[in-house]
Amino acid sequence: MVNDDHLAPSLATLKPKRPTFSGNKALEISEPLLFELGRDGVSGVDIEESEAFTPRLGGQERQAALDLPALSEPEAMRHYVRLSQKNYAIDMGIYPLGSCTMKHNPRLNEEMARLPGFADIHPLQPVDTVQGALELIHECGRYLCTLTGMASVAMSPKAGAHGELCGMMSVKAALAARGEDRRTVLVPASAHGTNPATAALLGFKVVTVPAGEDGTVAAEMVREICAKHEGDVAALMLTNPNTCGLFEPQIVAIAEAIHEAGGYFYCDGANLNAILGKVRPGDLGVDAMHINLHKTFSTPHGGGGPGAGPTVLSEALAPFAPLPLIAKTEAGYRLVETAEDCEEKPFGRMTAFHGQMGMFVRAFAWMLSHGADGMRQVAEDAVLNANYVRARLQDLMSLPFPDHPSMHEVLFDESFLEETEVTTLDFAKAMIDEGFHPMTMYFPLVVKGAMLIEPTESESRASLDLFTATLRDLVMAATAGDTSRFVDAPRFAPRRRLDETSAARKPVLRWTPPSGEADAEAAE
Amino acid sequence: MRYLPHTDQDRADMLRVIGVETIDELFRDVPADKLLKEAVDLPRHKSEMEVARLMRRLAAKNRAAGDGPFFLGAGAYHHHVPASVDHIIQRSEYLTSYTPYQPEISQGTLQTLFEFQTQVAELTGTEVANASMYDGSTATAEAVLMACRVTKRSKAVLSGGLHPQYREVVETLANMEDDECISLPPDPKGGEDLLAEISEDVACVVVQSPSFYGQLIDLKPLAVRCREKGVLLISVFTEVVSLGLIEPPGAQGADIVVGEGQSIGNALSFGGPYVGLFATKQKYIRQMPGRLCGETRDREGKRGYVLTLNTREQHIRRDKATSNICTNSGLCALAFTAHMTLLGGDGLRKLALRNHERACRLADALGAISGVEVVNESFFNEFSIRVPGDAAALVEKLADAGIVAGLPVSRLEPDCGLDDLIVVAATETATDDDIAAYASALAAAL
Repeated sequence: MVNDDHLAPSLATLKPKRPTFSGNKALEISEPLLFELGRDGVSGVDIEESEAFTPRLGGQERQAALDLPALSEPEAMRHYVRLSQKNYAIDMGIYPLGSCTMKHNPRLNEEMARLPGFADIHPLQPVDTVQGALELIHECGRYLCTLTGMASVAMSPKAGAHGELCGMMSVKAALAARGEDRRTVLVPASAHGTNPATAALLGFKVVTVPAGEDGTVAAEMVREICAKHEGDVAALMLTNPNTCGLFEPQIVAIAEAIHEAGGYFYCDGANLNAILGKVRPGDLGVDAMHINLHKTFSTPHGGGGPGAGPTVLSEALAPFAPLPLIAKTEAGYRLVETAEDCEEKPFGRMTAFHGQMGMFVRAFAWMLSHGADGMRQVAEDAVLNANYVRARLQDLMSLPFPDHPSMHEVLFDESFLEETEVTTLDFAKAMIDEGFHPMTMYFPLVVKGAMLIEPTESESRASLDLFTATLRDLVMAATAGDTSRFVDAPRFAPRRRLDETSAARKPVLRWTPPSGEADAEAAE
Repeated sequence: MRYLPHTDQDRADMLRVIGVETIDELFRDVPADKLLKEAVDLPRHKSEMEVARLMRRLAAKNRAAGDGPFFLGAGAYHHHVPASVDHIIQRSEYLTSYTPYQPEISQGTLQTLFEFQTQVAELTGTEVANASMYDGSTATAEAVLMACRVTKRSKAVLSGGLHPQYREVVETLANMEDDECISLPPDPKGGEDLLAEISEDVACVVVQSPSFYGQLIDLKPLAVRCREKGVLLISVFTEVVSLGLIEPPGAQGADIVVGEGQSIGNALSFGGPYVGLFATKQKYIRQMPGRLCGETRDREGKRGYVLTLNTREQHIRRDKATSNICTNSGLCALAFTAHMTLLGGDGLRKLALRNHERACRLADALGAISGVEVVNESFFNEFSIRVPGDAAALVEKLADAGIVAGLPVSRLEPDCGLDDLIVVAATETATDDDIAAYASALAAAL
């Protein structure tokens, strides 16, 4: 059960390539898979023994082996702590992934989510025993509606893409209630990939709206496409601020165009952080918008989830919001879990239970902490930081859309690398060696070799100064022909560049015992 | 404001570097009449202490599972989670990192996902598992969509033992996709004739075992018939601990195994966030939704991990993607993996046995009360009881007496003639005293 990194070393193996006996380098400690560490007979939990009893499994007892190793608690802690040290994280430095809003995750919120009154309550307890939980969800929803200027909110979607699905299902239900089977959904070329995926999943036909030369959508273009598909336009899905980091200047006219065509306006709320407390999407004519609590409202990204995607709805779509519904009444908070129990016309249910309660607690604590004044300051500081990065880099890197100010993120393309042998990918990997997480690369697709930088409001000026100074140095190195800093990067990360092609060609998606071991087991 | 690093001086200096006088010059693309002149109508910012006070006040209005006898399951289970699990998932490097799109500096997250996938595949008796879904209900809906893609058919048959809210989630998505769903009526005892529904025009059959009502279902005859008719068998579980004791669905012939992983590593948390488990056969991986982590090598030949088969996903395929999902439930999956690592196969078997033993004791205690009938002959840690009269009123009455007695079926299945059923669960957290308290309170309430 040893892998290459753990071959028992001998003195003869102490060659220059292997500068230490253990193969480790001080705090850089390699860690095998748990399946290579665990042994039979070890346990990290103690479980009460039972007195004899007659099982009632009806002949369904497990016959198949359950071959999973255990680690004792000290071994398990060490295993997962060592592995954790191979990750970059917000708590270590700037994490400027555009469109992802990697801001600080306040620890108070973690503590609040772990209060037994929130963490240790069951979704199907008698409603009288969870009035505080219902109040919290209701209040969290009220805050979101106030911030966005929208009529109501569906709290249950589990993530941004799920919220999008919720919004577009509401559109579909509203169209059905009108007795119309419209199928065309307009999606700008710069949209997140989830937008067309969501529309297609629901059987809509996606029509791409080309981006204007200045990176924004022209209302006239929307009008033309609507005219071409007259009577069939179901919705427009638009991100605002858009994925080029620009506020859509014609958004009000765009909303009017889609409404005149009989369609609904879905706004992707991924970039809400830029306008929080500054602009209300409801005032712009939006009919539905998902809100990523894990972006704007700081619930932790957790290495890729869990997220939460409450979806705010206009008056027109509100009656179709999915179950469950929470209503404030004189007698307390009422929870509506079945269609039989309400007068609205819910289109159905997105998920079992009531959504990501743990995320509602964190997001609500974040909103209370910031208050109306603090949230407005958040948007202003996020926009300030992005424009500061832009100002410090625009003479060396190429701005595809210089005519508009950036909002919370700034987009560069790779034309400044044209005369070099360095690609956007190489440039990003070189940032890793400098101790930074790279920006979003190759998205949006409307520019070549996109580099989308979103610093968020959490970065101090000093942090931005070091970040931009480093990028300036990298640009100058690239243009001076110092390609080794790029094509060989990362050189100092826990791993060099990984072979993604062979990973996809011959997928290995789980550990299996080395063949010698499997044979030995089979012989037993 | 404690979360914002800039001083007013910083802000002024930075505006000068940018070359504007005021912050609102940067908002000049916003139509002037739409830019708010002042803060929205919500309270001003609060200190950490004030926020904590407010939140604690709300939390105190809820009755926690640990506050007294607690016998509610029905898709979410009250288990003990080792203290070390929460410390592991609160490591900054796991908590505050993003999806591992830069694998060279995300090997921690990636290796734990690889461990997770291996554990889930082994537990469910299947060849491969993905890096997790939102929860069990959405995993079930995604499994149905996948089965439609694989079989190129569009009709799903749902067992009457499926959790009613899982059924609604599947129906909602199928309805929106113009697929057909045949949902059999509620089936507390597991007596329905699913075999009769399996025909050549069906994409998949969805069966939950242990069922929503607690009944254990033998999947093997269903698997045989499904194979004959080219139908995919989707097996669902809401209590993953059951897999420590009962034959895994993959070994019984299920093609896709989905379920809720909350019981291992994750708190009840009023219904979320949870962790959906999704496993299937190697031959279907390119039709599978969700993220996948795969093993590979770096330039120096060192073993490492990456997200792989991304060409199925929405950010590459856009409107041709297999699903619109772009997150997994990363941190909940890590909690699952850490808890599972402490348990191991042996520990899980012991934990499952303890759960089953607690449930058998509870069934004996409740079944001994005159007028109360235990509905299921075989079960794991959950079963249904039939009580005289209105179960919902009885559960309310017991709650007033401090006992969370289970789920009255009528809450999720109104108007089905099941107003006298309660779904009751007992995990390792139920003590002998809890069981005795429930039995005597129930006897007194009847």
